[in-house]
Amino acid sequence: MSPIAILLGRETALAWGKGGGPMVAVGFYAGVATLLPLAVGSEPERLAAVAPGAAWVALALAALLSLDRLFERDYEDGALDLLTLSPVPLEIVCAVKCLAQWLATGLPLALAAPVAAIALGASPQLSGLVVACALLGGLAFAFMGGIGAALSLGARRGGLLTAVIVLPLFVPPVIFGGGALARLDAGLPWTAGFALLGAYAAAAVALGPIAMAAACRNALS
Amino acid sequence: MISEVSIQSLALSRGGRQLFSRLILNLTRGEAVALVGRNGAGKTSLLRAIAGLIAPDEGTIAFGDIDPAEAREAIHLLGHLDGLKSSRTARDELGFWTGFAGGARGALDAAAARLDLTPLLDLEVRRLSAGQRRRLALARLLAAPRPLWLLDEPLSPLDAEWRARFGEIMGEHLATGGMILAAVHDPLPLATRTVEIGR
Repeated sequence: MSPIAILLGRETALAWGKGGGPMVAVGFYAGVATLLPLAVGSEPERLAAVAPGAAWVALALAALLSLDRLFERDYEDGALDLLTLSPVPLEIVCAVKCLAQWLATGLPLALAAPVAAIALGASPQLSGLVVACALLGGLAFAFMGGIGAALSLGARRGGLLTAVIVLPLFVPPVIFGGGALARLDAGLPWTAGFALLGAYAAAAVALGPIAMAAACRNALS
Repeated sequence: MISEVSIQSLALSRGGRQLFSRLILNLTRGEAVALVGRNGAGKTSLLRAIAGLIAPDEGTIAFGDIDPAEAREAIHLLGHLDGLKSSRTARDELGFWTGFAGGARGALDAAAARLDLTPLLDLEVRRLSAGQRRRLALARLLAAPRPLWLLDEPLSPLDAEWRARFGEIMGEHLATGGMILAAVHDPLPLATRTVEIGR
């Protein structure tokens, strides 16, 4: 097996494992989705109007949940030092970590997203696009979130700092994805928002690892 | 692969304080150097600078005609922090680091046997004692052979028997053309050159 495949296996096992696995993310997501009708009011029309958007915001928050441990656990126990001493460039190591984060939390959240949206009263016809948006958006959340996680390395209460750094970076995917869903719901053409979401995810995957690797090097030096 | 380390007029500082300057150190195949010096003299920082983690203020660290970025693949670093995840089993962790460093699959079992870790492999790392945990970190050096070992206090948690046995392992590494640079307080259990840092 190549070192990259071995790294992906370990990172996925770590992300899947104790304290921040898929069940935690999905449970948190379900919790936020349940709180919303309690705050907004349970009239079906009112709820249905905000359902796709609410499902989206909850998704972004759930994606934040396990980000703070992404680099920190390897920084604290010295594994990050050793990960730099390999033929695999640190940029690729960072990309693999984010990919594993997406596999362990983004994927399960994408499967839970249509359930939450329908439960809030969104039209079941939106389900396909909800899953597609959640998959792409999750990729953007994982790679943009990784930048925040790497930048807050070594800071006390790094998790909160990560959230403050990362939430502005989550604005575009939330706008694009939420926009596409709202337009499909209204029977309007929706592909533009979806394409922009895809473009943002692609940019995050391409540029995120460079920023993460630079932040990690800075934290280690 | 790298066959020499040559450090010329190196100056390092941490947190705005200069640790040492004009350090000269040469290491060639089959040679071990013990770095000594008081606490905070910069032994660990020197090892991290050689591993490319810290940029020096002045001076150069060269690995013959090998590019420093490539030389990193030829370095094993063993620090106070061993990079082992306490929640995973010793086998998972040793297997990961062996595979990631490009070691062969069978090498894991041989290295574990050499360090008497075979019965412990299925335990979580958190269940290991400090000495066992250090042996697990040392097994990594054997499972994925690399010429340059940078060791930071490698012996500290080991008992007398294991200090001697690790001395033999280091001797074999040198005999096969390896290089060792170790920051120590106690003398290494094999003949070495000693370089004092921070004088």
